[in-house]
Amino acid sequence: MTEPLNSNKLNTSKLFIISGLLLLITGMLFGLTGALQYLVPGFLKDHLSFEIIRPLHVSSVIFWIILAAMGTVLIYLQQYTKRKLYSPLLLKVQYLLFAISICAILISYCAHLFGGREYWEFHPAFAIPIATGWILFIINFIKSLGGFRNQPVYVWMWLTGLAFFLFTFAESYLWIFPYFRNNIANDMTIQWKSYGSMVGSWNMLIYGSSIYLMEKISGVKKYSRSPIAFALYFTGLFNLMFNWGHHIYTLPTYAFVKHIGYAVSMTELFILGRIIWQWRSTLSTAQKHYHHNTYRLLLAADIWVFLTLILAIIMSVPAINLYTHGTHITVAHTMGATIGINSFLLLAFAFDILQETCFTSPGYSKWFNRGFITVNISLFVFWISLITAGILKAKWQMAETGIPFSYMMKQLSPYFMVFFISGFIMACEFVILIYPLLKNQLLCYFKYLGKKDKIKYAEPNEYFAELNLVKNSG
Amino acid sequence: MSTHLTNDRQRISVLFFLLFSFLCYSFYLYYYLPVKSISQNPEAATGKLSWQKYNCNACHQIYGLGGYLGPDLTNVYSKRGADYIKAFLKNGTSIMPAFHLTEQETKDLVSFLKDIDASGSSDPKTFTSRYDGTIKQQ
Repeated sequence: MTEPLNSNKLNTSKLFIISGLLLLITGMLFGLTGALQYLVPGFLKDHLSFEIIRPLHVSSVIFWIILAAMGTVLIYLQQYTKRKLYSPLLLKVQYLLFAISICAILISYCAHLFGGREYWEFHPAFAIPIATGWILFIINFIKSLGGFRNQPVYVWMWLTGLAFFLFTFAESYLWIFPYFRNNIANDMTIQWKSYGSMVGSWNMLIYGSSIYLMEKISGVKKYSRSPIAFALYFTGLFNLMFNWGHHIYTLPTYAFVKHIGYAVSMTELFILGRIIWQWRSTLSTAQKHYHHNTYRLLLAADIWVFLTLILAIIMSVPAINLYTHGTHITVAHTMGATIGINSFLLLAFAFDILQETCFTSPGYSKWFNRGFITVNISLFVFWISLITAGILKAKWQMAETGIPFSYMMKQLSPYFMVFFISGFIMACEFVILIYPLLKNQLLCYFKYLGKKDKIKYAEPNEYFAELNLVKNSG
Repeated sequence: MSTHLTNDRQRISVLFFLLFSFLCYSFYLYYYLPVKSISQNPEAATGKLSWQKYNCNACHQIYGLGGYLGPDLTNVYSKRGADYIKAFLKNGTSIMPAFHLTEQETKDLVSFLKDIDASGSSDPKTFTSRYDGTIKQQ
């Protein structure tokens, strides 16, 4: 008997998602510690000062996104092709490369070993196993896909994400050559060129998966082959390639880089218009599927796409960016995108994949409802507190009063307090959402080990019954 | 829209056009870097590596990019001078730890900040907005 794709076995693809969830919890813990350092100056200064805490937080969160996105794409690819992966061995090696590198990176930060740049602060040597793991991911994906003809838009998005992450990751290390790093304007131009596109590349993996999941929930498979889906994909790709100039409007670099960044960013208005146009149908679909945990996370991400996109478009106008650049408004945008969009979507995938075989306890939906609402409210408060702090910093930047930086930061402390409290509540609720999922997964795995001789794969459960109901009603 | 992007041929044409443009743009920027002169004071060059080694970017910004806990240091050299920077590097602050840098590391970092300062100004007040939303430095 061959093992079906949805088995209780804790396979390597699922391990990517589970490890990602653990990194999300770790990242939130470091994030709260960092937020506390804003409120209590000098907190943990001698042992875990901010230059250590920040990369611990950022790397944990970035690797949560990357690991969970890789695991999701690999599982959805198998569901889509209805075949197993080309090489489980390559997958295991890929997992080990990432797991060992991530542990070593986090330990190296604690040992005060840096050497990289913002967002990839680890020593450049760690980039080698990460890039190798990604290449294995690409090989396994392409070999498992079988062919490129007549593929739906999400396969195009996955392939784009795979190729562009590798390209931009390599590009972000051009600084190791003195030719690129010897002048700050050159160095930062190439740095932000690579970073801007890199974020777009993992978004391609995540948004592609969300289209796949949406079709899986609704049972309607027309959208992913429609012209509008491809038009939106190419708009996204166009932005991934050329909109990065909006990060460096104040840098003394080529003016055309800034103009291209500005003009291309404005094409996001097309995406915004589409969201507004679709609002009514989104609401009616929401009413139909609202009882579905996974769908609710997708819907929340949709709302955060809307809010974050408005902020992003506003910030991409150079005359406005002049005020928002270097302030906490940029942080609000990043947090909205990382938590409200990426994390919600990845959690939706985690619920979809991990719940399929290991259904959580019946009382869980009550916990989920409470957690889901609280996470969204606290994220909104968190987001607003950052925007408010950013507006006040922008006023300070533009004023001629000469108020010292430290004094300005003191004036922002009430907003940092709100930021910390809402962040704390949000982190607790995220743990409440994730914990049963992780616990059930492990319990399920041990149950599987106990019954290994008489395996009953993927029993029909409440989840499938619910899913069928949704499909039939759709 | 209904007749466009409906088959692989059309989609691949768009993809190749975008990819070709992206590669041309990338390699143009690699070859014709924005600032032509690439000779740098060796102390400043080493200072950049010390900046990364001590992860200064976690708290400080250069041209508004970096951390938010400390101030932007793009023009700290011309505003405060070398001695001010050295004093902070040596003693730290209530938030910033003293990094116990060697004398050479301190000199390198000061050179690096001097180099950045010479590259331009990050002060948003030095820019003016134009009617089309673009900005220009005075």
